[in-house]
Amino acid sequence: MSITTFIIISIIKSLAVVGVLLTAVAYSVWLERKVSAHIQNRWGPTRVGPFGLLQPLADGVKFIFKEDLTQPHVYKPLYIAAPIIALVFAITSISVIPFGNWVNIGPFYGVGPWGTLLQITDMNIGLLIVLGITSMGVYGVALAGWSSNNKYSLLGGLRASAQMISYEVSLGLSLVGVVIMAGSLSLRDIVDAQGGVFWHFIPRWNIFHGQTIAFFIYLISAYAETNRTPFDLPEAESELVAGYHTEYSAMKFAMFFMAEYANMVTVACLATLLFLGGWHGPIYGPLILRDIEPVLWFCLKVFFFMFLYVWVRWTLPRFRYDQLMAFGWKVLLPLAVANIVYTALVVAWRA
Amino acid sequence: MFHLILFLFFGAICVAGAINLLVQSHPINSALSLIAVMASLAAEFLLLGAEFVAAVQVIVYAGAVMVLFVITIMLLNAGSEERTKGSRIAILIGVPGVTIGGVLVAWTLLNRPNAQTVPIGALKGDPGDIARLLFHQFLLPFEVTSVLILIAIMGAVVLASRPEAVARGPRKDAE
Repeated sequence: MSITTFIIISIIKSLAVVGVLLTAVAYSVWLERKVSAHIQNRWGPTRVGPFGLLQPLADGVKFIFKEDLTQPHVYKPLYIAAPIIALVFAITSISVIPFGNWVNIGPFYGVGPWGTLLQITDMNIGLLIVLGITSMGVYGVALAGWSSNNKYSLLGGLRASAQMISYEVSLGLSLVGVVIMAGSLSLRDIVDAQGGVFWHFIPRWNIFHGQTIAFFIYLISAYAETNRTPFDLPEAESELVAGYHTEYSAMKFAMFFMAEYANMVTVACLATLLFLGGWHGPIYGPLILRDIEPVLWFCLKVFFFMFLYVWVRWTLPRFRYDQLMAFGWKVLLPLAVANIVYTALVVAWRA
Repeated sequence: MFHLILFLFFGAICVAGAINLLVQSHPINSALSLIAVMASLAAEFLLLGAEFVAAVQVIVYAGAVMVLFVITIMLLNAGSEERTKGSRIAILIGVPGVTIGGVLVAWTLLNRPNAQTVPIGALKGDPGDIARLLFHQFLLPFEVTSVLILIAIMGAVVLASRPEAVARGPRKDAE
């Protein structure tokens, strides 16, 4: 493949994936509002479009037209850079996530067929790239808290960075078991290793195949990583006003908001790929459907995780800060290490 | 060709970040420049073909160590650095020193065209190779280093805790 074709294909794929991601982000906000409303016996957004489906659009327009306040006491360069950092890293982390197998498009009017991987770029250390990029996302929150020059913001930023570093450790360690099982750091290889069934009906997904504890450790740490309830202490409104984004308004606030939901989507994708078998699922029908069905399975599993996020948020109360730290370091971390030792021993014994 | 341009670009960012780190007077700007240096170093490793090293560079240095630096600066609320007489003398001696050192290194490299250099994209660094080196060939140094780090952590905990609090048990500040 020549470098020009490569660049053109990459640009098309990146635009498509980012477009889908941002739409998913907008509609997860809608989902959150709708589900939370039904949990609390309300209706949620109903006015804009059928079932309030155009509400994200209206919200976006509102964010753009709101007054963009910059307080006089902030440290301006970092105050402006912080939401950009948060959003950029949240969106970049989708770049190595695979959505499905190789697909062929065309031929159209005698040209083609073209084939491409359903993934922006396939790297043999894809998992580490995702972890690396999400670990850089901390700076957005930390710098926002510091540069706002406000006590609540600073406390929120400090809490966020301490919490994200602490839970990143157990999150990373919970994935080691999966890596040992697959013998590879490539997300595609990890998904391929989960194909097939055992006992004739249970899929060989990692969650059913020895990594159940790791799955729950990952899920809990991921909630803490994305600052979602019950771990939303960085923006605990009852004690910190709004935490690190107290001083932000209009589009700058919207960027933090979008970064949070984009991170949720990435985490849901990663959980799907690593524990729920990615795009594996029953496949029926004619040839054209067989290309689409794996992607459909992938999207369904991601949707399940997004729904779970909302469900948990409106069910559980918030942790206390010392409980949060004690839980992360004294419960999750030892469990994750024990899981690694157990997995390594089983794999070594079988080999 | 494309790789070479990118390599030079990230090299330039790396050097610019390092210079900015020294020039800036506010600690948080210096810390952020250091992050830029580390991120562009990771990009250099990526371009050389050592993807694993690049990822570890980002995760460990840019993502964990530097976050702790930034937290410390935030907690202490460190202000701008003061320029003293000592720092002026350091500039007077340091700038010529760095220039001479750089010229020496460049001169040595240019005079040895047959030196062992790695072409772009050919540096050995996939996880399997590194794991084999760490856990077979250099297992003992690796384990000894981890024990050393453990000792350092315990030392830090002992130094950070108040001696009287350790001796007396729970604090009685509330009275």
